[in-house]
Amino acid sequence: MEKNTIAPISKEKVTLTINGKEQQLEVEVWTSLLDLLREQLHLTGTKKGCDHGQCGACTILLDGKRINSCLSLAVMHDGADITTIEGIANGEELHPVQQAFIEHDAFQCGYCTSGQICSTIGLLNEGKAKTLDDIRDLMSGNICRCGAYSNIIKVVQEALERSRTA
Amino acid sequence: MATDFIGKPSKRVDGLKKVTGQARYAGEFEVPELTHGVVINSSIARGKIKSIDSSKALQLEGVLQVFTHENRPKLAWFDKSYSDMDSPPGSPFRPLYNEKVQFNMQPIALVVAETPELAQYAATQVKVEYETEPHETNFDSQLKSAYVPEEFNSTPPPEPWGESEEQFKKAAIQLKEEYFHPSQHHNPMEMHASTVHWEGDGRITVYDKIQGALNSQKYLMGVFGLAKEEVRVLSPFVGGAFGSGLRPQYQLFMATMAALELKRSVRVMLSRTQMFSFGHRPKTLQRFSIGASAEGKLQSIIHETYAETSKFEDFQEDVVIWPAVLYKCDNVKLSHQLVGLDEYTPLDVRAPGGTTGIFALECAMDEVAYKAGLDPLEFRKKNYSEMDQTKKVPFSSKELMECYRQGAEKFGWQNRKQEPRSMREGHQLVGWGMAQGAWEANQKPANAKAILSVDGKLKVSSATADIGTGTYTIMTQIAADTLGLPLEDVSFKLGDSSLPEAPLEGGSATASSVGSAVKAVCQKIQEQLLELVKKQGNTDFAGKEVEELDFKDGQMSLKDQPATAVSITELMAQNKEDQLQAEISAEPAKEEQKKWGRYSHSATFVEVKVDEELGTIKVTRVVSAIAGGRILNPKTARSQILGGVVWGIGMAMEEYSVMDNQYGRFINHNLAEYHVPVNADVQEIDVIFVEEKDDVVNPIGAKGLGEIGIVSVAPAIANAVFHATGKRVRALPITLDKTM
Repeated sequence: MEKNTIAPISKEKVTLTINGKEQQLEVEVWTSLLDLLREQLHLTGTKKGCDHGQCGACTILLDGKRINSCLSLAVMHDGADITTIEGIANGEELHPVQQAFIEHDAFQCGYCTSGQICSTIGLLNEGKAKTLDDIRDLMSGNICRCGAYSNIIKVVQEALERSRTA
Repeated sequence: MATDFIGKPSKRVDGLKKVTGQARYAGEFEVPELTHGVVINSSIARGKIKSIDSSKALQLEGVLQVFTHENRPKLAWFDKSYSDMDSPPGSPFRPLYNEKVQFNMQPIALVVAETPELAQYAATQVKVEYETEPHETNFDSQLKSAYVPEEFNSTPPPEPWGESEEQFKKAAIQLKEEYFHPSQHHNPMEMHASTVHWEGDGRITVYDKIQGALNSQKYLMGVFGLAKEEVRVLSPFVGGAFGSGLRPQYQLFMATMAALELKRSVRVMLSRTQMFSFGHRPKTLQRFSIGASAEGKLQSIIHETYAETSKFEDFQEDVVIWPAVLYKCDNVKLSHQLVGLDEYTPLDVRAPGGTTGIFALECAMDEVAYKAGLDPLEFRKKNYSEMDQTKKVPFSSKELMECYRQGAEKFGWQNRKQEPRSMREGHQLVGWGMAQGAWEANQKPANAKAILSVDGKLKVSSATADIGTGTYTIMTQIAADTLGLPLEDVSFKLGDSSLPEAPLEGGSATASSVGSAVKAVCQKIQEQLLELVKKQGNTDFAGKEVEELDFKDGQMSLKDQPATAVSITELMAQNKEDQLQAEISAEPAKEEQKKWGRYSHSATFVEVKVDEELGTIKVTRVVSAIAGGRILNPKTARSQILGGVVWGIGMAMEEYSVMDNQYGRFINHNLAEYHVPVNADVQEIDVIFVEEKDDVVNPIGAKGLGEIGIVSVAPAIANAVFHATGKRVRALPITLDKTM
């Protein structure tokens, strides 16, 4: 059989606003949002921990909602507004949630951290978490194998407090 | 400006990079013209590959090559070329070596393509046919062929002492029980990945997920016959490892082989499923016979361990030494046997052996305490050991009594009722349990380099790793503290095979080993500064030694004589020294250390609540009291212990790699089916560090904290479940069906 004779997949054009910047992109239809970010755009702050929607490391904000970017194809999101960990800070000034992750030592290896931070902000946007148990439940989609949960909870509690008094 | 940093809760120096997504891990480095490899794994556990048909995959536009045992490059011949810094005795596995299949999910081919999606798709188009041979993965049925390994690379079980069999028979209280825990997988959040940058002229730069860049370098030199200058390995950030990165894993072999053959840069990232295809914590069956007097004094301990290993390497851990470390007993017999299976070789997982052995030991001791009618904590005090019986030497320090006292007080242990099922809240049975633990406080030889510039910036480096443990931060603290410089002016570099040699980051020995080297190399700079000031004819310092000096706030002075202070940078400028440099090898004081048993200790107190009707179990409170020597950074230290406790919860309640013996494969190979603790599984955790001084373990007095946090958690939970329900669960994980 001849080598390299079959083109297996087609490409589509999409427009995405990523961290405030509108971009026209050509994506293969089998490319996940996660792989688009990491492999094509080199935004490797969004992490791949399972590629199956089981760990939450790839959490990003899509139109303000937290989603697992590994479970969504890039081609499905023409016109969407995406924020990744690279777009959370305001220039040099860290987002209060990022700052709190450092203060409370809410990470160790740092691999789940981007997802935890995006998830925390997504949780605040949802406005559903009222109690400590709510927070624990609603942050359970983001696994931290280093076991920084107690410190992550402090960050989220603090952020909730802040959003209530703001 | 204060520059005493040791013991202060400094924030992580790499924190900013980690919260902004700028920290780059092995599979994230941008290199030009990168290609992507996907590994194909065997679907049988034992046999031969009859044929591999790659033609359909190669037809796809953008597929570069499919590597198999048939078209692989020439590889090294001898076992020693494949062995690494953490190889157990035996013959290391050789990927793509020949047609033989030795375990299920063995890597048997690599598909390389221009994009990761294409490589993944192309891998599905490769057809493999096997000649299957019967495999043996059933631990229970193979117990009969258990053997004592010819060579121990762990601590060999100490020779028996006393008359354990006779004393057991005579004892008023006798316990004879079996304890079991299943295989467990590391599952760090970052999957193993290697990015190999083809630099041209046969040179490569490799970004690898490894707990010691030198190990990957050594491995690649051995397997592919590369010279040291031809391969540089970098691993500045590691997304968790817990032991999985102690040995180079097969993605490193694959990516490097492809890069060398294709003369292109290649990245191979394993899938989560493939994270279940290499090392794991070996399951063990442990038999205890414990004899005690009617008053609860130990008279005899017999501890037999059976642990799984592969058929090609004798993997071992220190499972059975713990009775001799933690209890005083005159009649003890310890043995460790292996059960060879058709699976990949097990691998160190956080506190290897300690987690395993102390689980069984502390559950068994709880049972003995109950037989003697003693409070479990009283029982442990009664049998407290002042001697490390593995070597018959005293402890260099052991503040375990203080762990008991402070832990019990914080927990409110005095309010515990001894009787099982005697405490409840509504329909919840409340259980309070405790356990104690220990872990080795080792120091290994390590090197470090320091460069102090005339602008006051200090650069320190060593080829160690930071797997989330805080190495970057504490090394920066030690260096800044020793030379009295602001933290911002000090940088520490690690994860690079071109840096001064350091041991693997494992065994909780990094703070101890590399920390000592960092301190020593900064002391060398101190000496050079002292020479400079003497050379200037400064009479204050004439005839003085560095031990008589203070280094703080960027200045050097005689101790308690601030008036003698000299600015370090000015001193260098005046002497026209652009920079001072030192490199050092810090060797442990072996002769002195040999005279002592050197361990960190823990006492863990746990509250569980078990729903009487549903059997659901919640670990509602954990108090972990730690004697770990000097605490270098209470913030990162606490995080280490929190992590250990979370791991203990996972081990006790959730983690279970299920071997399907029909296929000889772990079947729950994803994070939906292999459960690790999530946020909702973790409630209140208190960490206490008791004060402990130790001048023997190493010059900085720190014992290492990566592993002591986990060892006594699972048994404390199991003991609490017994206290709540009256049921002894002797096989982990403790799932709700076992409490009903």
